[in-house]
Amino acid sequence: MGLENELEGMPVLATRLDEVINWGRKYALWPMPYGTACCAIEFMGVVSSRFDVSRFGAELVRFSPRQADLLLVMGTITQKMAPVLKQIYDQMPDPKWVVSMGACASSGGFYDNYSVVQGIDELVPVDVYVAGCPPRPENVIGAIVKIQEKISNESIRNWR
Amino acid sequence: MSEGTKVPAIPSELMTLNVGPAHPATHGTLRLQLQLDGETIVNSACEIGYLHRGFEKQCEAVYYQFVIPYAERLNYMGPVHNSNAWCFACETMLGIEAPPRAQALRVITSEMGRIIDHAVCIGTNLVDIGALTNFWYMYNYREKIYDLYEELCGARMMVNYPRIGGVSLDAPDGWFDKLLRVIDEMQEAVGEVRALVERNRIFMDRTIGAGVITRELALSHGVTGPCLRAAGIPYDIRKAQPYWGYDKYDFEVPTAEGGDTYDRTVVRFQEMYESCKIIRQAVASMPAGPVMVDDHLVALPEKDKVYNTMEGLINHFKLVMHGIKPPVGEIYSATEGGCGEVGFYIVSDGSAKPWRVRIRPPCFANYSTFPKIIQGAMLADAIAALGSINIIAGELDR
Amino acid sequence: MTERAIMEKVQARFGATLLASYEFRGQCAVTIRPAQLRPMLEWLRDDPEIHADWLMDVGGVDYLGFSPADGSGDDDREWRYEVVYQVYSMKHNHRFRVKVAVAEPDLVVPSVWDLWGIANWMEREVWDLYGIRFEGHPNLRRILCHDEFVGHALRKDYPINKRQKLTSPSENILCEKVEWA
Repeated sequence: MGLENELEGMPVLATRLDEVINWGRKYALWPMPYGTACCAIEFMGVVSSRFDVSRFGAELVRFSPRQADLLLVMGTITQKMAPVLKQIYDQMPDPKWVVSMGACASSGGFYDNYSVVQGIDELVPVDVYVAGCPPRPENVIGAIVKIQEKISNESIRNWR
Repeated sequence: MSEGTKVPAIPSELMTLNVGPAHPATHGTLRLQLQLDGETIVNSACEIGYLHRGFEKQCEAVYYQFVIPYAERLNYMGPVHNSNAWCFACETMLGIEAPPRAQALRVITSEMGRIIDHAVCIGTNLVDIGALTNFWYMYNYREKIYDLYEELCGARMMVNYPRIGGVSLDAPDGWFDKLLRVIDEMQEAVGEVRALVERNRIFMDRTIGAGVITRELALSHGVTGPCLRAAGIPYDIRKAQPYWGYDKYDFEVPTAEGGDTYDRTVVRFQEMYESCKIIRQAVASMPAGPVMVDDHLVALPEKDKVYNTMEGLINHFKLVMHGIKPPVGEIYSATEGGCGEVGFYIVSDGSAKPWRVRIRPPCFANYSTFPKIIQGAMLADAIAALGSINIIAGELDR
Repeated sequence: MTERAIMEKVQARFGATLLASYEFRGQCAVTIRPAQLRPMLEWLRDDPEIHADWLMDVGGVDYLGFSPADGSGDDDREWRYEVVYQVYSMKHNHRFRVKVAVAEPDLVVPSVWDLWGIANWMEREVWDLYGIRFEGHPNLRRILCHDEFVGHALRKDYPINKRQKLTSPSENILCEKVEWA
């Protein structure tokens, strides 16, 4: 890396534990795409050729919540689906972050009716909300960058 | 083991396997419960409704023109068709007809939607059975079609393009040339994917004979669209009961014989070619003229008139605040969507809000065959068949 | 055949038992009582000139507070619900609509799931959203709303934003006795 030359034979670097662990965490997010509706199709655009989310270190999409640390909720969550989402969130190991993608997940969107949960924050804690119906892929990448910023300001003491 | 040795039967019991509703192979929010004997499915049940967004109830609460974005979000794989179909149904109800240029633009946007619908369906189905490359190929060109949508009306995916009585905007300068270029590229990409897939031994072994929808089953379950045509019945509403001037265009209705997963994929490939053909013809024969009907009870006045004349302002206000009012009556309007017959059954009570909107979702009918077609099949075949039926949860559950 | 010709044929055959017949923009429909449903659908399917062998759609309508002038004549109809069957003939390329009047208190319509497999799920949906029971249906469970849902969502007297929470998802959806049509 060239760093060893700078350090002149003493390959030791003093830093805060928070810094180095957060640095590792933020560039290796493993998202669990919980796609229910239209936004999931747009997320496919995020991972595929043009937008290529692997540039931000979040391309290792895991479909098992037990292997993921970033829950991307994409699409409408209905009352019938709500317990499932809760269960999936509970299955994820700490540390974990949640992105609510799109109007439906964030607020119910324009579905103000008997079957739609009015925002997933009724069920799980959300770190970043992404506006749009559906959001553009750039917005989703923006949300991942926001999560990375958030991670770099966290302390490992917060997660046990 | 010598010839005479008898192996006692290994005691076994059926295993119940739950798939979904959050499983990557379910393409959204389906839930299957399977009873397995080894890997063979002996019994199965499907649970749907995990994306029941109350479309029909919601429609009863809003004006006719505000249903357009809701209708669009039913089928999010090939988005514009359903809103086009909704506007067409409302026009039938009102007894008006969109101008020829608007109809041709609807044909173009719907066929673009059909192409990307099939592209996503084939791409994701191939991912399910282990071929990732095609997904990237297809998505590359899907993005180009999204760019065209964006240029046309400002949104990538949920474009909210049609209006009752026409379409919202005319195509910008040079758009048709770009469209033709993208269509050529798309066709080439489809050819590449086809070359990778169609005679691929692994793909053929995986899909031929898997998930067969026979003609009898299709008839019983009202299966339409590519699934029906793969079973050998050449039913296509664009041919049978043409709308938007589809009778002017020269295109084939591709069919296959077997009705299995392989045939469905092949039919989709061919339909993408046919859609390209239709788009080229529609561009070549694009009529001049307005894109909205000249009817102040339906069409919003031009912005110029709204800002500068009293009549225009009042007209705009009346339409937005009080809506379009069709006469009392009921209509069933069927069009050919990406997955089959999209039917809107509308009951009007003469007010600006529909009394009842019922959509006949093609996926609902197609998916209801699923427990039958996987009976006795292997688990892996079920996954391949599920992807090839192309179930879109938004339309399935509404 | 035009839809009007089909309707005339239906009127000639079922004349006395039709509650109403109706035409709008070239589309025709007849309203019948539940008892006539199966004979009529079977007749429409088997008549060589009509041959409507495809059941395309089954849906409910709630007419609470609105009675359309559809030939039934009076404003104050005795039935509140209708179940609407869209049939199609692929051979002759024509459509027709049959509506079944369902009056309170007993909301019962004979099931046609043994004639068309699609009716199985579609009838479940009508039951779920309107609470109309289908006699002879093998598995009349909710299909779109969750199991703990009380009431029927698409009825006009169900408030649009009355939400009902699901506490625990259903564990088992496999019913061993179900014969899939």
